Amino acid sequence: MGVKKKGLLKEVINQRYSYLFISPAIILFFVFVFIPVIASFFLSFTRYNVLNPPAWVGLDNYRQIFLNDPRFWKALRNTGVYVLGVVPLGIWLSLLLAVAIDQKIRFKNFYKTMFFMPVVTSVIAISVIWKWLFAGGKYGLVNYILIKLGLSPIDWVMSPTWTLPAIMIMSIWAGLGYNMILLLTGLQTIPNTFYEAAEVDGAGSWHKFWHVTLPLLRPTLLFVTIMSMINSFQVFEQVYIMTSGTGKGVGGVLDCALSLVAYLYERGFQRFEMGYASAIAYILFGIIFLVTLINLRLIRPRFEY
Amino acid sequence: MRSLFKAKKRLTNIIVYTFLTLGALTMVIPYVWMIVTSIKPIEEIQAYPPSFYVHNPTLEPYRELFYLLPMGRYIFNSLFVSCLVTLCNVFFCSLAGYAFAKHKFYGRDKLFLLLLSAIMIPYQVNLIPGFIIVKNLGWLNSFKALIIPNMAMAFGVFLCRQYIMSIPNDLLDAAKIDGCGEFAIYRLIIFPLIKPALATLAIFTFLSQWNSFVWPLIVINTSSMRTVPLALSVLSSQFGFGANVAMVMAGATVVTFPVLIVFIGSQKYFIRGITSIGLKGYS
Repeated sequence: MGVKKKGLLKEVINQRYSYLFISPAIILFFVFVFIPVIASFFLSFTRYNVLNPPAWVGLDNYRQIFLNDPRFWKALRNTGVYVLGVVPLGIWLSLLLAVAIDQKIRFKNFYKTMFFMPVVTSVIAISVIWKWLFAGGKYGLVNYILIKLGLSPIDWVMSPTWTLPAIMIMSIWAGLGYNMILLLTGLQTIPNTFYEAAEVDGAGSWHKFWHVTLPLLRPTLLFVTIMSMINSFQVFEQVYIMTSGTGKGVGGVLDCALSLVAYLYERGFQRFEMGYASAIAYILFGIIFLVTLINLRLIRPRFEY
Repeated sequence: MRSLFKAKKRLTNIIVYTFLTLGALTMVIPYVWMIVTSIKPIEEIQAYPPSFYVHNPTLEPYRELFYLLPMGRYIFNSLFVSCLVTLCNVFFCSLAGYAFAKHKFYGRDKLFLLLLSAIMIPYQVNLIPGFIIVKNLGWLNSFKALIIPNMAMAFGVFLCRQYIMSIPNDLLDAAKIDGCGEFAIYRLIIFPLIKPALATLAIFTFLSQWNSFVWPLIVINTSSMRTVPLALSVLSSQFGFGANVAMVMAGATVVTFPVLIVFIGSQKYFIRGITSIGLKGYS
């Protein structure tokens, strides 16, 4: 034992440079990620308002959230609607774009750049711009187009029905480029021989897409779906900006756009109920973890090539 | 038969170009609308129908933005934080990446796995204790709160390690025989060889810091310490969409443009970063 300990100490001294090199990253990781993740777990079993020391309440926060908090369920429902709308629609549109750009066309880079712009733009700027596009009455550009198309204008930001769809449209728009780039890379890894073989068998473009492209793109589609779902479950900034200035708090009119993270923010950083907010954070973590596992099961590649 | 094939090809081409061009227009119109609105006088903003043509363009909204608000100070805050965080990440991540890739030391693999797990945990989980730690350190409303927790992100270490693994060991052994110390090896061999990876890391870090919102929202309460996105969010909620929408759009233009220029200039590294490990800016 003693010898082993001495050996370890000697080893550590010998490797002092290695420890020195990793120390900034590791220390920061422990202080600002590892310890907080553990602390958050314990905080979720307490009542804590920052001013007084945390008081242990056992499972009370979770019980309250699940059994007695309609706003949590509203937030969960809204987030669910958002994910189910944004993820499939966004991925299908991105896939169409990726396939279109993958053709033998000119100005490829121009198109790529156009679709990619929102990915590098601040979410806050995007939300502010779209809030103006969605402005109610006749000033908003979206409503002007609706009127031109013979439809009636919509009070997007102030109506409980339309706030969430407005945010979803904006998010799909903003996410297209990111998904497209990933799918495009996936498309380019499919060996040409597969298409040639399909052509020999007399397959048309449509056939090739369904029976060659889609199955072989499965791993990329899986990755894009998981990333897109994880991001969508965490939707916050868009909600925060779209509903700000309505005088109704982070969720908008009647909590119509309240998302899980928006609710977490409100409980934690506006009402300083840190324990309760930590419990919401862990529930969100659990949901994301489960959904990712289910995804891995459902769309796991069935074969390798 | 051949002409049928050609006609079909042409039809496909027309569909593809129409689809892509319509898509590109949808992408660009919100940006154009932002800029157009930011240089419109009030009468034209309230005019109906809305028009993309500005009769009397004015820079008044930008002047207001910089005179009514300490916008210069906000830009400095954002730039200072983004640059410093980027420099620190490039240095610390490559240093740690080097040790994780090429050194053998006690606990290496376990530590690396632990570090990796940070990438998979949603940031909301460590937001609250992170805030409490920063508060207890007395860092609220200071540059320390914005900079120090972000100085060495896990994904940067991961990126650098992957890249450094591909450097042949012989090169490092030769340097050792020549009497190079560990830091000299890092400075003279590793650092120059992984410059492309570091360029990717730098661009990503800069962009995600410049656009960062949730963390500044939580640790900054005083007006003078706001970053540009934070200032924009306050601006948009305070002024709403009355006469001052031009000013809000001017603010949005100020946040958006530096980043678009950086991106268009460095698209190659950016797209490489995304396709190699599916990076996306962290909040």
